Amino acid sequence: MKNVLDIVYLIPLLPLIGCLINGLGRKSLSKGATGVIGSGVILVSFAISLWAFFQVRAGNTHTAEYFPFINVGNLKIPFAFQIDQLSVIWLLIITGVGFLIHVYSTSYMHDEKPEHFGRYFAYLNLFVFSMLLLVMGANFVIMFIGWEGVGLCSYLLIGFWFKRDEYARAANKAFIMNRIGDLAFLVALFMLINRLGTTTFSEVFTNASLAKFSTKEITAITLLLFVGATGKSAQIPLYTWLPDAMAGPTPVSALIHAATMVTAGIYMIARSNLMFSMAPATLNAIAVIGIATALLAASIALKQNDIKKVLAYSTVSQLGYMFLAIGSGAYVAAVFHVMTHAFFKALLFLGSGSVIHAMGGEQDMRKMGGLAKYMKVTNITFLIGCFAIAGIPGFSGFFSKDEILAGAFAKSPVLYVLGLAGALMTAFYMFRLYATTFNGQFRGTKEQEHHLHESPAAITVPLILLAILSVIGGFVGIPEFMAQGAHSLAGFLQPVFKDSYALLPVHEATHSTEWLLAGLSSVLVIIVVAFAWSRFSRKPDLEEATGLGKILENKWYVDELYDAIIVKPVNAFGTFLNNVFDKKVIDGIVNGVGKLVRYGGRQLRWLQSGQTGAYILMMVLGMVLIFIVQFFLRK
Amino acid sequence: MPVNYYITLALCLFAIGVVGVLTRRNAIIVFMCIELMLNAVNLLLVAFSKMHHIAKGAAAVTGTDGQLFVFFIMVVAAAEVSVGLAIIVMMYRNVHSININFLNRLKH
Repeated sequence: MKNVLDIVYLIPLLPLIGCLINGLGRKSLSKGATGVIGSGVILVSFAISLWAFFQVRAGNTHTAEYFPFINVGNLKIPFAFQIDQLSVIWLLIITGVGFLIHVYSTSYMHDEKPEHFGRYFAYLNLFVFSMLLLVMGANFVIMFIGWEGVGLCSYLLIGFWFKRDEYARAANKAFIMNRIGDLAFLVALFMLINRLGTTTFSEVFTNASLAKFSTKEITAITLLLFVGATGKSAQIPLYTWLPDAMAGPTPVSALIHAATMVTAGIYMIARSNLMFSMAPATLNAIAVIGIATALLAASIALKQNDIKKVLAYSTVSQLGYMFLAIGSGAYVAAVFHVMTHAFFKALLFLGSGSVIHAMGGEQDMRKMGGLAKYMKVTNITFLIGCFAIAGIPGFSGFFSKDEILAGAFAKSPVLYVLGLAGALMTAFYMFRLYATTFNGQFRGTKEQEHHLHESPAAITVPLILLAILSVIGGFVGIPEFMAQGAHSLAGFLQPVFKDSYALLPVHEATHSTEWLLAGLSSVLVIIVVAFAWSRFSRKPDLEEATGLGKILENKWYVDELYDAIIVKPVNAFGTFLNNVFDKKVIDGIVNGVGKLVRYGGRQLRWLQSGQTGAYILMMVLGMVLIFIVQFFLRK
Repeated sequence: MPVNYYITLALCLFAIGVVGVLTRRNAIIVFMCIELMLNAVNLLLVAFSKMHHIAKGAAAVTGTDGQLFVFFIMVVAAAEVSVGLAIIVMMYRNVHSININFLNRLKH
């Protein structure tokens, strides 16, 4: 019986085809054709995803098996896609937001040479392809292929302008840090294969299979998976690559931060929710790491002056919130926040790209200011994005963040207070960013001021669409206490998480408490927003930071710390191995073998004298020797 | 006669052959020494064949199998000598010497 959803293979296949066409034809295709192909395939994928979404909503979830991928002994890993409530949400985010980013890119990257333009779109399509593979895979192995694929694409795209040495280094950093996490992921995967002999989600995540593990083993596996997630989703201690990833083109930052890659960790954990629910110790660790990351990154964002760096740290911080939600057992809240975050963070990044475009490549906020009157659409959409991320009531970020905070409160009031502090910091740095950039006086050069203009439609239309989504995106998850049964996302995701919720009953706070919490956080956020807005509109902080500000500006010196405790010793060790071990020991062995053979050859040459008598003598001696051996040794 | 005598004689002949091959330089003499060794072996074959025949009695074998081997060896040796002598003759024609150590120039 064929299921209509079997056709979903087209969703990842189309971007792959787009990647091949653009990649192979980058020298012959015109920029227009490249843009149309690159964006078009994503649009079609989006249409199919939308159709799949409606299928799933009608109750048709399906695992489509295409061909056996690995067949060794008892281990059978099919190439299969799983289409269910969780994966369609991601499909819509990836292809939907991804499409807008593609459209935006056609304009943003227009100054590139046609060859590089084609290369850019090929990478972008490949990125979407990998991410789709990641979320659609019906087992850990397919997921891992996508997992590595997005790592590769992030490397390619962050280092897109590879002629600049520091950009290439940022790409390397992203790649290597991700690899550390991937190792942990792989180890966890092997542990699963070792004990269960399967990696298929539907077979692994049943109470019967998971009962084969002791609590300790489950904790170990989930912790390893979480380490993998910290690499992809930029959590402590593997987060420092993400801010550096700003080296890539701005739409790439938007794609990495909003739609793909960094949400992979959340997806993987949400997918494995049952396993994580069985390991309370891991959940606690996730909650702690999540909130710590959220606060650390938010504090760094307070004092950054590069417009993209602020947003990058903001992403790290928001991802921390998602992990906090997961750690609190509020999986739906995490998925919800991924969704709303995809909307407003894509909007903010694309908006900042529009600003950078207008400023002729300038990224330092201290040299901007007063852009509101030059760029109306960018200004308004950016403001909406800021409202959404700050959590102003009514905007999408409010609903998802509030749900996370409520979940945290249910776990522990301490987490709630810390989370609230992070939320206030978010509101503060976002409006510092907004006010410094768009309000006040223009502080750039005359030439830049003359150049200022609103971006073309290919840039503003995606901004407008994302702004609309950022406003209304939250209404799929109106919390229970505001309207009975209005949280349609929770209802939709119910089948995915029902086993977990059976295991970890969510202790709901009373509705009055929730009203109180939501009200409290809203009031505080609005106060902070108002304060930051008025403060930085009048007097942007241009002077050199001192004291704590200096530490924050330098990101708590974490990069320097890593440099000192990991990079430098490793480099020193490498130099030592190169100078001493390689040159003396390895070279000694290799050259020694050569020398020995040559010496032996020179000595043996004397045997080959050409004297017939000598040969015969040797022959006779040899025969005598054989006789002796025969006679005396073989009794 | 006990077979020991034959063995001793064959050993002596073989040893002389070996020593001759090892020490002499003249290719013809080396050849002759090789023949000597072959004949030492032939002698042993005949002796053992006879001994075997006596031990097993007339019913076993007629005592000709060893002699057959001898015959073969002689034929092969004759063929070999004819080839070897031809080589020696050619060698003498070219270099006017049949000293086998002279041949070590082939290594160059």
